[in-house]
Amino acid sequence: MKKEFNIILSGVGGQGIITLTRILAEAALIEGYDVKTSELHGLSQKGGSVESHIRFGKEVCSPLVRQGGADLIISLEAQEALKMCYYASKKSETIFLINDLIKPILNAKKTSSKEISKKLEKFSKKCIFVPASKIVKEKLGKEVLSGVYLLGQAVSKKAFPLKASSVIKSIKKTVPKKYFLLNKKAFDLANYD
Amino acid sequence: MIKEIISNKTGEKAILLGNEGIVRGAIEAGVQFVSTYPGTPASEIGDTFFKIQNSKSKIKNLYFEFSINEKVAMEAGAGASFSGLRTLVGMKNFGLNVASDFLMPLLYSGVKGGMVIAIADDPNCWSSAQSEENTRGFGSLAHIPIIEPSTPQECKDFTKLAFELSEKFKIPIMVRETTRVALQSGIVNLGKIVNGNRKGKFIKDPHQFSTMPPRVLEMKKELLEKIEKIRKDISEKSPINKVYGKEFSASSKMGIITSSVSFLYVMEALKELNLNIPVLKLGFFNPLPEGKIKSFIKPLKKVLVVEELEPYLEKEIMRLAKDINPKLQIFGKNLLPEVGELRPEYVIKAVSKFKNIKYQIFQPKLPVFSKRFPQFCPGCPYWLIFRAIEKAVDVKKVIFGGEIGCYMLAFCPPFHLQDYLFCMGSSIGVGHGIKKSVSPNNKQKLISFVGDSSFFHSGIPAMINAVHNKSNPLIIVMDNSTTAMTGHQPHPGTDKTGMGEETRKIKIEEIIRACGVEKIKTIDPINQKEFIKTVKTFLNNKNDKVSVIIAKRPCLFINKV
Repeated sequence: MKKEFNIILSGVGGQGIITLTRILAEAALIEGYDVKTSELHGLSQKGGSVESHIRFGKEVCSPLVRQGGADLIISLEAQEALKMCYYASKKSETIFLINDLIKPILNAKKTSSKEISKKLEKFSKKCIFVPASKIVKEKLGKEVLSGVYLLGQAVSKKAFPLKASSVIKSIKKTVPKKYFLLNKKAFDLANYD
Repeated sequence: MIKEIISNKTGEKAILLGNEGIVRGAIEAGVQFVSTYPGTPASEIGDTFFKIQNSKSKIKNLYFEFSINEKVAMEAGAGASFSGLRTLVGMKNFGLNVASDFLMPLLYSGVKGGMVIAIADDPNCWSSAQSEENTRGFGSLAHIPIIEPSTPQECKDFTKLAFELSEKFKIPIMVRETTRVALQSGIVNLGKIVNGNRKGKFIKDPHQFSTMPPRVLEMKKELLEKIEKIRKDISEKSPINKVYGKEFSASSKMGIITSSVSFLYVMEALKELNLNIPVLKLGFFNPLPEGKIKSFIKPLKKVLVVEELEPYLEKEIMRLAKDINPKLQIFGKNLLPEVGELRPEYVIKAVSKFKNIKYQIFQPKLPVFSKRFPQFCPGCPYWLIFRAIEKAVDVKKVIFGGEIGCYMLAFCPPFHLQDYLFCMGSSIGVGHGIKKSVSPNNKQKLISFVGDSSFFHSGIPAMINAVHNKSNPLIIVMDNSTTAMTGHQPHPGTDKTGMGEETRKIKIEEIIRACGVEKIKTIDPINQKEFIKTVKTFLNNKNDKVSVIIAKRPCLFINKV
């Protein structure tokens, strides 16, 4: 692995981004990396845009990913991915992994996944849209599992250098006991083997 | 996670937030009394103690409370410290403003048991939207020693150190975080937990604890001497003020001085640019290790000061350079913004300019996107209240006073129902002033919104003032039975203490009656018709009297009360 691995998670308040951040941080620790994350709480979290940063590697200094420096951007809502272009660049070979879900923004026209994909092309050679919400809702009945499902996708598509077993261990440590199996199912749906 | 924060496995690694690091540090220091009022980005300090003390793994001999406001939290903490216990008081920057009336003389009297005050600033106003406060100013204002951690590990270590220093010098110590420290998570090496077992006893000593002239001027002199002693004996020698990288190279003659999270951005910049410039990281903001700084800048030609917000540190460096190196070129706010938080790329660019090298991040023009404003949660009772207001009154004519809590979101679309918005309690105080000032010919009506926790925090004096001075705003108390915005902490209107004990609910309606309000009605806003009718009647109230509606319906995220 190069110096550090930089992940941005984005979405809308209530999609479970804080938990996903913790899962990734613990998984990095399990693999023996140094890790730092940065998140926001309170006002900025209420139904508005949410973003968090996870960086791991041999030694991590800044808790924030720098402009154009993301290796992987996972967006739990498609329009939010546009905002994250700030962290993306072709030079860093940023991969976008996007939940193909549009949550309406008040007083604004919806941007379609197609339009979004076109705009992202300038920043990334690899944008993957996955109907994560739809799949987990159909198969497991809970939309909030879309994030964990996308982590499974990230492993299966080799979008980050963490092992599936580490992420599963980390999920076990992070989510409440009674939800572990459901989360593991969502993660496994991605067929990463 | 709670399990790890109270884990006894010394030497184990855990991922903690900065705020959790402070909690762990306090536990490793044997803290016995913790008080707080919730506020982002400091809330997790109180929340974590609340969870611990309401779990099976409750810590013995440790008292925790959510106080009614920050001033009372600090007073309570001081009382515990005067009685010999180690005490932690946590709050956000604005909370310290509320508590500052008490803080100033507390520095004069000093403390007995170690007292640490953890404060979180919020550069960029992510969740503290009313001003971009830089609490480091309290170093000069109150003469309080301030130390600034940059990582969760340092949050833990510095908190422990603060307890020791506080007790040694009998002075409260501030541990100052910013959002990117408080809500940064990272790996922390767990140390040994110390169960505090002191038996509190207040020993009368009016010489120390009563601030009255002429003694008070002596106290001030003692305080200034204490600070100088801490500077000389601790700050100058402390390893938390440390030089990173090679000390000084005759060829470059450059150095960087920094602190807090900015230090991490500086190290990131040096890594990114592959540079080796000596960095003086200051753990102490007050008192500054002036000798150490002087010897760092003495051989330099150029120094870059990297700090967030106002250039407090840069000004100190200018002052110190005058004696020791008057030709020193000092860079800082000429390369970095004074408004908003720093980000790694800002510091990388500043360092490259400082070093006269080219650095550019190539990026196409960023796409335009629509702003997603924060909103009330789906099903939040506040939707009902503001919908009813829209139906009851001409929103273009009525003045709406807002303040801090979830109801501040009525400022955002779709409502836009906040014509002024300041600190807690102010919707009533300002509303009263407006009502007293607008000419009767203008017939301007006014509604002040105040949340239940805010009402307890600082709304009550403003309400009494309005009644006593014959003002006539309509006040709507938005009672959702919790402190919702900051994470659903209990308040005096709920029936549980911070220790999880049953307690008497303080009834808001009874308080309001006792304030002398005669026109008062409690309504569940689900009864829209009644709510709309009452707003109309109360607002058209012809006499000069305060009227109050308590809009009572619990937040969706708490068990029905």
